[in-house]
Amino acid sequence: MLKSLTITQMYVPDQDEALDFYVGKLGFEVTNDMEFGPMRWLTIALPGQHDRAVLLEQAGPPSMSDETASQVRELISKGAAGGHLFFQTDDAWKTHAELKERGLEITEEPVDRGYGVDFGLRDPFGNHLRVAQMNPR
Amino acid sequence: MSRAVEESNRRLLRARDAMDRAYAEPLDIPTLARIAYCSEAHFIRTFRAAFGETPNRYLQRRRVERAMFLLRSTDRSVTDICMAVGFSSLGTFSRVFRDVVGEPPSVYRRRGPLPPVPSCFAMAWLRPSSFGEAPGE
Repeated sequence: MLKSLTITQMYVPDQDEALDFYVGKLGFEVTNDMEFGPMRWLTIALPGQHDRAVLLEQAGPPSMSDETASQVRELISKGAAGGHLFFQTDDAWKTHAELKERGLEITEEPVDRGYGVDFGLRDPFGNHLRVAQMNPR
Repeated sequence: MSRAVEESNRRLLRARDAMDRAYAEPLDIPTLARIAYCSEAHFIRTFRAAFGETPNRYLQRRRVERAMFLLRSTDRSVTDICMAVGFSSLGTFSRVFRDVVGEPPSVYRRRGPLPPVPSCFAMAWLRPSSFGEAPGE
C-alpha cells in the first residue's frame, strides 16, 4: 500500500517572497524549481530531509480563474487557507530566540504543554507555523 | 483592489493573533487598532467584515475558551481562572461564561479533562462561536 508521504502543497501569493522567507529565514532548501509553461513547480525541504517536501504553489490562472485566485489570496491573508506546517526541534526556547532575532512574526510565545513546549508563528502571508519540542514518550 | 484587501486582512489577522496571545492582558480597541494600523471605527468594521464578528466578541469568546480549558485541565479556583484569562470581575465572568457555554463554570468543570490536541488547534476549534445574542451585534 502507500509507502510514504513525500510532498504537501501550500498556497502562497508570491513564490519569490515565499523563498525569501522559507529559505532565507527558516533554513529550508530548494529541492525543485522548474518552469513548465505557466507554472513554476517549486518545492522546498529541510536540510537532511529532502524526501519530505512542501510545494509552494502560487494561486493563479490557468489552473484557476483570476477571481478564484484572488479569493484564495484573501483567505491566505486571513489565515484561513489551510496552510499549516508543524515542525519539531530539540530546543524550542533556543529556536524561538533565533527566529525572533531574525524578525519573524511570533504569534505565541513558547509554553509548556502536556505534550512538550511549543510556539507559533506566521509566514509573511498569513500561513501558520508551529514549532514543538516534544516530550519523550 | 484585492491586494488592498489582502494587506488589510493581514493586519487584522495580526490583531486577532494578539488577542489569541495576550487575552489575559487588558487589551482594548485602541491598542488593537494600532496593531492593525487603522482608526478604531475602521478596525471594528473591517474586523467584523473579515472574521464575522466584532473584535470585542472575538476577545470575549477567546477568554471564555481559555477559561473552559483551564477549568478542565487544572484544579485552580474559578476566581483564579476568571482573573487569569483577563476578566476583571467575577460577576461579569460568570454571566458571560453562562451565556456562552450554557452552564456555570463549576458545572462545566465536571466534564473532566480534554484530550491533548495541539493547543493551537484546540484554541482555534474550541472557541465558542455562538454568543446567544443577536447575530448582528
